[in-house]
Amino acid sequence: MLELVTISTLNGVLYGMLLFLMASGLTLIFSMMGVLNFAHASFYMLGAFFGFQISQIVGFWPAFVVAPVLVGGIGMLVERYGLRYVHRHGPVAELLFTFGLAFVIEEAVQMIWGKGPADYRVPAALDFSAFTVFSTNYPAYKMFELITAVAIFAALFAVLTRTRVGLIIQASLTHSHMVAMLGHNVPRVFMLVFGVGTGLAAVAGVIAGPALVTQSNMAAALGPILFVVVVVGGLGSLGGAFLASLLIGLVQTFAVSVNLSVADVLGGIGVAPPASGILFDLWNVTVAQIAPIIPYLLLVLILIFRPTGLMGMREH
Amino acid sequence: MTAPAVELIDVRKNFGATQIIRDVSLTVPTGERHAIIGPNGAGKSTLFNLISGRLTPTSGVVQLNGENVTGLPPHLINRRGLSRSFQATNIFPRLSVWENIRCAVLWSLGYKYAFWRGIDGLADVRERTEAILTAVGLIDCYHVQAGVLTYAEQRALELGITIAGDAGIVLLDEPTAGMSVAEAAHAVALIRKVTEGRTLIMIEHDMGVVFDLADRISVLEYGQVIASDVPARIKEDSAVQSAYLGTAA
Amino acid sequence: MTEIASTVANAPARAGLSAAGSAAVVRLAAPWIALTVAFAILPAIFTSGSALTVLSLMGIMIVFALSYNMLLGETGLLSFGHAVYYGLGGFLAVHAMNTVIHDRLPVPLPVIPMVGGFSGLLFGIIFGSVSTRRAGTVFAMISLGLGELVASSSLILRGFFGGEEGVSTNRTKLLHIFGLNFGPQIEVYYLIAGWCVLSMMAMYALTRTPFGRMCNAVRENPERAQFVGYNPRVVRFIAFSLAGLFAGIAGGLAAVNFELVNSAEVGAAQSGLVLLAAYIGGIGSFIGPVIGAVLVTWLEVMLSDVTDVWQLYFGLLFIGMVMFAPNGIAGLLMMHAPLWQARAYGSMLRLALAYLVALAPALVLLAGIILTIEMTYRLSVKAFAGTTMFVFRLALDAASPMPWVAAAMLIAGGFWLFRMTWPLVGAAWHDAFTLARATGRTR
Repeated sequence: MLELVTISTLNGVLYGMLLFLMASGLTLIFSMMGVLNFAHASFYMLGAFFGFQISQIVGFWPAFVVAPVLVGGIGMLVERYGLRYVHRHGPVAELLFTFGLAFVIEEAVQMIWGKGPADYRVPAALDFSAFTVFSTNYPAYKMFELITAVAIFAALFAVLTRTRVGLIIQASLTHSHMVAMLGHNVPRVFMLVFGVGTGLAAVAGVIAGPALVTQSNMAAALGPILFVVVVVGGLGSLGGAFLASLLIGLVQTFAVSVNLSVADVLGGIGVAPPASGILFDLWNVTVAQIAPIIPYLLLVLILIFRPTGLMGMREH
Repeated sequence: MTAPAVELIDVRKNFGATQIIRDVSLTVPTGERHAIIGPNGAGKSTLFNLISGRLTPTSGVVQLNGENVTGLPPHLINRRGLSRSFQATNIFPRLSVWENIRCAVLWSLGYKYAFWRGIDGLADVRERTEAILTAVGLIDCYHVQAGVLTYAEQRALELGITIAGDAGIVLLDEPTAGMSVAEAAHAVALIRKVTEGRTLIMIEHDMGVVFDLADRISVLEYGQVIASDVPARIKEDSAVQSAYLGTAA
Repeated sequence: MTEIASTVANAPARAGLSAAGSAAVVRLAAPWIALTVAFAILPAIFTSGSALTVLSLMGIMIVFALSYNMLLGETGLLSFGHAVYYGLGGFLAVHAMNTVIHDRLPVPLPVIPMVGGFSGLLFGIIFGSVSTRRAGTVFAMISLGLGELVASSSLILRGFFGGEEGVSTNRTKLLHIFGLNFGPQIEVYYLIAGWCVLSMMAMYALTRTPFGRMCNAVRENPERAQFVGYNPRVVRFIAFSLAGLFAGIAGGLAAVNFELVNSAEVGAAQSGLVLLAAYIGGIGSFIGPVIGAVLVTWLEVMLSDVTDVWQLYFGLLFIGMVMFAPNGIAGLLMMHAPLWQARAYGSMLRLALAYLVALAPALVLLAGIILTIEMTYRLSVKAFAGTTMFVFRLALDAASPMPWVAAAMLIAGGFWLFRMTWPLVGAAWHDAFTLARATGRTR
């Protein structure tokens, strides 16, 4: 039992970190540019596939560096020639542009790599067990993922708080017009932030690809959860996104390992099961089965009881 | 003794740690034309926002016709007979001029959320819309998209939307801002005409307009009312002079 | 966009004309009569069996897309989960059909879409009470989350959703009226067409009500709507519920048409499709989503025969429209309305000529893009089929460099020439509008 809890906690924190790698970029982009990048999970997917393809040619470690840079570069181009152009048509058009982009990226990936999973493997150097928790071997690769994520956050935090560019970015988060008036090239900052944000998502893809599955539906599977994270955390709040990422990461991971159902609980105290129909289905469903929809249930709950999210500010 | 149209009792508004409105008490009797003047940043628009429900007071009471409306959302306050205009023109940009006014008359005529009645057959809606448009002088461009009107026309539309609901209490936020002398004079005449018999509270910087229209004037400085009296005495008040008006050269 | 046209049509009483009166009634009814007649004779024009299927699909999609536009175009609510009400409408309809068949209830088939509508309304009210608390981006995310919630529930509530296979039924086994068993597609087509016309009339009528007008106001400026006495949340909630109603009708029609409903109908792909259809057609007018529904259905059917990667083209078309024609096809047509009103036929002809001149290099550019995409596809996923392929009926080998060079030239050359024609189009446009303004009919 304790073993299960420990492993689940480790995995849950890891999953939460991956979510935050993506949610942080998404939040930065939203706070600065006012547009929720619907295609953010698509850049995650591109990172995974680029990582896979490049690692086929030159190995995992070069891919680890090159893939996020490539994807970030694509992100910058998207901002410069796409998003910036669409901006004049209003916020709905911007959101729809990113929506269309997500759609096109998924189709393009399917076209090039097919619908099945890509054989993206953990590099041999990391393919061992780091330590043993009770009787389970915890893979070193997962520790690598965790360390990488934390290192990136530390670097991000340092850049944002201790460099000139970081200061400009922080200011542009809330007062982009003023920053422009002060002579800074705000459009270039936007492009940079979009590139870095998507690059972060790509890093998540490169390192998560081997551990989870690398397939053309990964963006569609993770995208909605990502949006739940930012809404639950409170749109525009990095701290909220962090909390929500961890929360959802842990809850989902724990839920998957719980095989309790309503039948177990209520049946255990002697309540008779319903004969058929919807109640019958609900009676027998286990927590593990509803694990995928728990984030959405959380979304609904938050909306009812705390519409601005855990740490949200007023709507833009 | 009827209750005053608008009464503020010790209203305070803080934004974080900053006090913007400090214990303001104000009484505006029914039918009075009341002007609020003061230097920029004194909190005049914030006061309007507090009265009209756009902001909630940190403490204190806002009363409309004797009824406590503190903290009510704007649409409920509007339904109780208060209507306001905005300093930055706040119209429905892609709707036509006709539509802008028509939307403003619907609730007051009792149609609410009716999705079972056709609007084109409603004579009272049509007549009231036409009357308002004629009153503010926009009847000839009724079909034009509001967003492409000239600034003065948009201000007229703004006024039209404000009075369309036949509200008994009208709040006008700098109605003549950005207007030439001639346009302002025209606007003043219009305001006087359409607010006949209603309570009017007006924020203005143009002293000519203020002394022309107002029955009483309140002066706001740093979130406090430093004087509230008839125009003649306000002109003489030394505190007001040092804060805002300046002494005669 | 509708506002200008409709307010001119409903000119105020100033001119001394009353809004009622037989001339006005005829003018009001004429388009609907024409529409009904058009729907009735379409099968006589397009006689092939597959045409009937496509027409039926279009009818369903029109209702669905119009219901979607009640949210986006009219009230400014961008939803990524509208298929929930469509799909749930379909599921309830198909369960109703099975119940009617099983219990031999005297319910004829034409009534079944009403069950879908009721279902859509019910779930619209339930989910709407939560969704419409926020607007804008957050509402969009909520709709996405709710959509995923319902779609994922389909694997849990297997009884209702029928698991992976879905729920099937037989539409011929309901009560027969007028000797119709609705087995043949032509009978189903007329059923769909009938419901489509009725739904279109109802949704159009809704736009001409106080509520419908306030939807537009809330879309434009929700704060000002408050200050004229309306609670934007209530307006949005009602719009949401009614949009669910009509989406449910569309779902019911789909259930009748396919005799099968599965969880894909509530999924993100279906929600995305209706969004695409409405947007491409044009969300700024009533007719826009109709155009979009027809076009998207036709493309879906036609393109999927021609190429495997038709969805990619769809996405590219959508992005193109978002960037260059955000008001959709209807918007592009409406841009020319002032010319039409000014009866500037000569200018319009010259403008059309300029468009044709610009179209030629655009087609070259398009050919180059298509070539590139098809060859990429052939080399990657479809590599098993060999590298020789047919594009535009020409045989070529995707592995050799020649076609790639050709594609690059087509793209570069086409784009360059296309750019050269822009000043021409701009000048023609400018001339046309100057002339129209001079005749005094536009402003």
